[in-house]
This record gives sequence, C-alpha cells and structure tokens, in this order.
Amino acid sequence: MSQWVINGIRAGIKTTAYPAKPEAAAGVSPGLPVGGDYPANQVASLIERCPTGVFSQANGKVRADIRRCIHCYRCVRGVEPPVNWEQTYEWGTVRDGRHEFGQPFERSIHICVVDAGDCGACLNEVKQLNNPYYNMHRLGFFITPSPRHADVLLVVGPVTDHMKFALKKVYDAMPTPKRVMAVGACAVSGGAFAESFVCAKGVADVLPVDVEVPGNPPPPLAILHGLLVAVGRKTPAALISPAPNFENEGLTKS
Amino acid sequence: MTAAELKQEIDQRWPGQVHCPDFGSRGSPCEVTCARTALPELCGRLFLEWSFSFTGLIVEEGASEWQLRYVFYGEGDAGWVHVLVTAPLAEKTFPSIVKFVHAADWHEREAEDLFGLIFEGHPRLGDFILHDDAWQEGVEPMRHHFDPQAAMRHRKPDEDWRPTRIVQEPGAFVMPVGPKYSGVTESVHFLLETVGEDVIRSTPRLFYKWRAIEKLAEGKTADEVLLLAERFAATTAFAHGLAFCQAVEQICGANIPARAKTLRVFLAELERLRQHAGAIREICESTALAVATAHAGILEEDLLRVSGELTGHRYLFGLLAPGGLLCDLPNDACRQALEKSQKVLSQLNALEQRLRVSSSFLDRLEEVGIVPPRTAMVYGLLGPIARASGIVRDLRRGQPYSGYEKFQFDVPCEQEGDGYARLRILFAETRQSVRIMEQAVAALRGGGASSPLSSATRASPLQFRAGAALGWVEAPRGGAFHWVRLNESGKIARYRIVPPSFANWHGFHLAVEKFAFQDFPIMLSTFDLSVAENDR
Ligand code: SF4
Repeated sequence: MSQWVINGIRAGIKTTAYPAKPEAAAGVSPGLPVGGDYPANQVASLIERCPTGVFSQANGKVRADIRRCIHCYRCVRGVEPPVNWEQTYEWGTVRDGRHEFGQPFERSIHICVVDAGDCGACLNEVKQLNNPYYNMHRLGFFITPSPRHADVLLVVGPVTDHMKFALKKVYDAMPTPKRVMAVGACAVSGGAFAESFVCAKGVADVLPVDVEVPGNPPPPLAILHGLLVAVGRKTPAALISPAPNFENEGLTKS
Repeated sequence: MTAAELKQEIDQRWPGQVHCPDFGSRGSPCEVTCARTALPELCGRLFLEWSFSFTGLIVEEGASEWQLRYVFYGEGDAGWVHVLVTAPLAEKTFPSIVKFVHAADWHEREAEDLFGLIFEGHPRLGDFILHDDAWQEGVEPMRHHFDPQAAMRHRKPDEDWRPTRIVQEPGAFVMPVGPKYSGVTESVHFLLETVGEDVIRSTPRLFYKWRAIEKLAEGKTADEVLLLAERFAATTAFAHGLAFCQAVEQICGANIPARAKTLRVFLAELERLRQHAGAIREICESTALAVATAHAGILEEDLLRVSGELTGHRYLFGLLAPGGLLCDLPNDACRQALEKSQKVLSQLNALEQRLRVSSSFLDRLEEVGIVPPRTAMVYGLLGPIARASGIVRDLRRGQPYSGYEKFQFDVPCEQEGDGYARLRILFAETRQSVRIMEQAVAALRGGGASSPLSSATRASPLQFRAGAALGWVEAPRGGAFHWVRLNESGKIARYRIVPPSFANWHGFHLAVEKFAFQDFPIMLSTFDLSVAENDR
C-alpha cells in the first residue's frame, strides 16, 4: 500500500491555477471561431459552408454565434483564408434576464448531472473536472447523485423525447432555489441532432435555462467557467462575437 | 473453411433454395441469396458450425420489396458473406434466426420496432427502441412513408408503466436503477431482479438517448452525415467517422493517398489509447481506489491534451473527410505526439504493475462478472470484452483496412473472462496501440506542414454514385460496421450503424447475473459500454 502514497507524492501537483491565473497548457481547449474581418466576396460561401449556421454578416464583418458551433472545422480547414479562431475557454454565458443568482449560490454548490442524450464527450469532460488537473472540489463544486441535494442541474445532450420525462422529474425533485445549466452545443442549441422528431432543440425547450456553455464538447475549463459564472465569481462571456452593438444595428435581442 | 469449400457445401445442402455465386476478391462480399425457408438453418450453420461472426441484420425497404441482409464474416479467405432474403412489401413476416444465431436477437427486435417486421419464433419482440410508455402503437419510423415532420405519435408518459418481471419466486423483487442514477453516468435503465443479495436477472432498458441518426441521415449528403457519424458516440468519434468514410469511399471507388491512410491509422490508435486510459480510470473508480483513479485520470487528460495539441480537437473531430483527411498534420507534430504518448504509456505500465500487487483491488475484479468463451461466442461479443473471454478476433487483423496489413502488432487474448482479464486486455492493447503509432510515424514521408489543402491527404473530389457498401473498423470498444447506400444523386438512401456496444450490451447481463449487488458497478465499468453508441 505504501507505494501508492509514495507515487502519489511523486506525481506532484498537477492542478491548474485557473481561475486565479489563466491556463496556458496546450490542448486544453479546441477554441472557437470568432468572426471578424473576412474577404467580402467570400463571406457568402463561408456562411454556406458552416453546417449549423454560425456565421452571419454585419457591418462588413463576419459575426459568429458561438452557441451553435459543433467544431467541424470546415470554416478553417480546406478553405482559404481560414476564419479567425481563438484558443479561449471562458465560454460560460447567461441567458438574457437570468443573471441574478443571489446569495444562496455564493458558497459551495452541489450539482446534479443529467444526460439527456449526449454523445459521451460532454459527459467525459464533466468527469475530467474530478481529476487532479481540474479538481473542482477545491472551488466548492460537488457532484451529487441525488436531485434532493442539488442546487444546480447540469444537463448535457439535446434532450431526447425519451429523456424529457425523467429530466423534468429530476428538476421537480430539486429544492428551490435552483439553477439549470446547459452544457455543450447540443444542450444549448440542439447541435448536430436537433431539431428532430425524437429530439428537442436543447434544454431551453424543456426547462428554464440559466447558464449556457457552448462547445462540442466544451473542454473542462469551459465547464468550470460556466460553474463560476453560475455562482457569480466570473463574468459571463458574450454569446456572439464580435459582440453586436444592438442600437446601431437595429437588432433585437432574442 | 475456404471459399470454395463453403460454396460447395452450400450448393450441396440447399440446392435450388440458396444461390451462392463465386467468391470475389478478398474484402468484397459474397452475396448469397436465400429462400426464406432455408434462412435460419443457413445462418445457423455459418455461425455455429463454420465459425463465422455475425455482424448484423440490415433491413432495406425497396420500391416494391424488402431486402434483409444478414452480414457474416469469417477469418479465412471466405471473408464477408451477405445472406440476402427478399419479399414483397406486403409480406412482413420472416423466420427468426435467433434459435441458431443468438447474436441476432436484438437486431430482430430493432427491425420489428423500426420497420414493423415480424420475426416468427422470436421469443421477445416489443418494447425496445420505441418505449411503449411513450409511443403509440404502429409507428414505424424507418419506413419511407413515415414523415418525421408530422406532429403526433406520442403518448402522455404513463406514470404507472411497469416492466415485465421474469422472476416470480416468493420474496422476489425488482430493483429499478436509472435512467438518472449515481454521479456522472449515461442514461440507461436497469431492472435488477433479486430475492436478496445476488442479482438473478438483469435487464437493461436502453434507447433513452435514441436520436434516430439513421433516419436523420436519409436524404443528406455524405459530408453532412459524416458530422452525425462522428458525433453520435464521440468518445470514439474517429473510429466511427472512419468506418463511415470507408463505406462512402468504397462506393465511389476512391483511391486514398498513402499518407492519409497512415495518418488515419495513427489517429485511430491515439484514440484507442485515450479511450482505454479512460476505461482504466473508470475501473479504478468503480473499485473506489482513489489514488489509482487520480493517476489514470491524469493520464487520460494527458492524452486528451496530446490529441488537442496535435489536431486542435480533444476528441479528434473535424479531421476526416470522404477521400482522406480534411487537413494534413505536420510530421514533427506527429512525432511529438508520439513521444508524449510513449511517456504516458510507460506510466500506464507502472500503474498496471502497482495494480497487480494491490490485493484489495484484485479481490474485487478477480472471478467476478465471468463470461465464458462459449457464451461470448454465442452472444457475438466484440472487442476487448471478447478478447478477455478467449476470442481472438480483431478486424485490424482479420479484415484489414486503411493499410493495417502493413503494421506489426499482437492481438492480446485472455481466457478467464472475468473483470481482471478485461482490465489486463485494456493494458495490453495500449502497448500495441503505441507500437502501431511508432510504425505509423516512421512511415510518414513527404507532405506535412505546407498547405491545408494538400493533395497528399485528400483524394481528388469523389464521384458520388448510386451503390451500397459496408465500412468497418476495429473501434476501441470492438468492431463497428457502417452500411451506407447512396442513391443516384449521391445522397444517403440508407444508413445503418452496427456499433460494438450494441452487441456488448446484449451480453452484459451475463456478467451481472449470479453476482452480488455491490459488484454491479464494477462489472459495468469493466465492460466499457457506451450508451450513446448503442442508442444512436
Ligand atoms: S467549426 Fe463551427 S463555425 Fe466553423 S463551420 Fe464548423 S460549426 Fe461552423
């Protein structure tokens, strides 16, 4: 048995410095498209190329709605020039009008995870949060199997019809106040699968969603950021980049 | 058995009922047309006597008739054998082959649920993919006349729905588990029937996550469907994407550049290594061995980062394209990824050494969840699970694709079929994966850094044409088979995925029954099952 102790010590500290400092290691995030400048005569074909309609054109620039991106890389691979891409991971966003989380969420929180039809990757990234690299316990986040003990409901997957009933039951079983977090492109916008005859277009179709973390799958750091947003320790990211200027463009928030 | 012997045997046994053409070249299937009456016996002989593996049942609805395709493959030069049965659309009854080919059990249940076919002699049709408590009777979603846009079909969830009970002894009760249970788990429901300590019957109820990928694919282009193929079970995204691409490439007669093939092998093995490290972490976690879980977790994350650094994506999305790869990878980057993987491997080896002498850990794995070789055969189990039960089958060896025939590697095998054997197989396979990666990097020439549109990794644009083909890979969890039919305009007419977890879930109850409740999570983790992969 002593060998486990020795080896444990020998492994040293692996845990990321995030959120105190940014994480600089390679390969922690797939990054996201950010839009911006793009040759005007090619914008139309870029918009066409994206299978989930991430891009739109505004004021001579390409704008990316990152909530929809499913990381197919078709806007950067096999195309000239590639669209701007940033290796960020702070993707946790708050749905409009739902940022008042209040006091009950300022200390440690318990999270109930429900798989509503995910592909396995989002769930695997959630699991990574418990490994020494991310160790979310140090930040006061705990996974609980029981909805009765949960403050936050973390949902992955686009919500299949067969899971709708179970998901609602879990939500109803949670004590108030409670918050819902949609993790991954599928949970946020339906991803590659929705909307279809067996599948909703994300968690918002079924439950009131507070925090969204896009990405297919979002890396562990992005999920961590989402959790920190949920407890008010980090500011939410902009859903659309570059962020729209609503007055000037005559857009309405949706 | 050689191809010639097989043909002779068939011609003698079922003259006039079964037509067996001459065998073509290796790798191309031999399509045996069969009368309905002779079907169970022919399939039974192939499976039980001539040691063919059963891959799957593919149902296709033609303009006027059904075509049922029972796919088998053998290790010898007979290769792929497709047994075809046809019938007019109005006739929906076929003989069941499960009496002889137990591995076909769930395939027939699926066809019954999705196409409304009836398999005479099958002991248990009904509630399978379409849950009875949610769907109305008579819905056949895979039929052409089914309109996915139309709103209807759902029942109000029935709160009083109760599953069938099998054990009827006094004192027996059912323990329902799921679909939401435990910490971070995939959604699946288990009915554990018991009279006390031991699980007597275990019935998994799956398809809570059914996203109807096969229906969604119809009418789409190959490029669009590739997105689904990669994403329906993303922990093994590359393997499934590759199987799909290979099917499409075969229809189009594409010539894949050598460099793309080698890179595909490299990436497929990187994925296997990462997935196995994850599976090892799960096993350590299920036995509550915290330090080992942490160690394995570190190694898994290391490999995710290696994948992310090399390809941009931690689960290898967006690399494949029908005809090759979407982008080239620089040789240097591949070499660095290999070096890091080698480091991870040496730590995995050290972890294995420590686990092998931790008696409290071994006590929980040894002689639990035993699947004897004969049963593994009958159930058609696949991948590491089968290899832990003495079945030395590996598509990379038996039916090589993407140039695997050029690589040196061993197919590890164990005889015990218990949880510990399955763990040892996982460790042994990680060593073989790195061995293959080393050879792949050594074989990489030319290409590399320059242009993202390098012709070194992408065949010239594919000529999509009507046709059908089977693509297969040895995915980390076992053989994965993708059947693709393209119509005249090059769109997908039929897509059928037979993932390894479909076969392994079918056999999972074998490992659980007669063992105590507290061993259930351990058995589940040693089987390394994916619900997403099974549910599609
Ligand atoms: S990577 Fe994202 S933004 Fe780019 S084409 Fe794919 S889905 Fe669209």
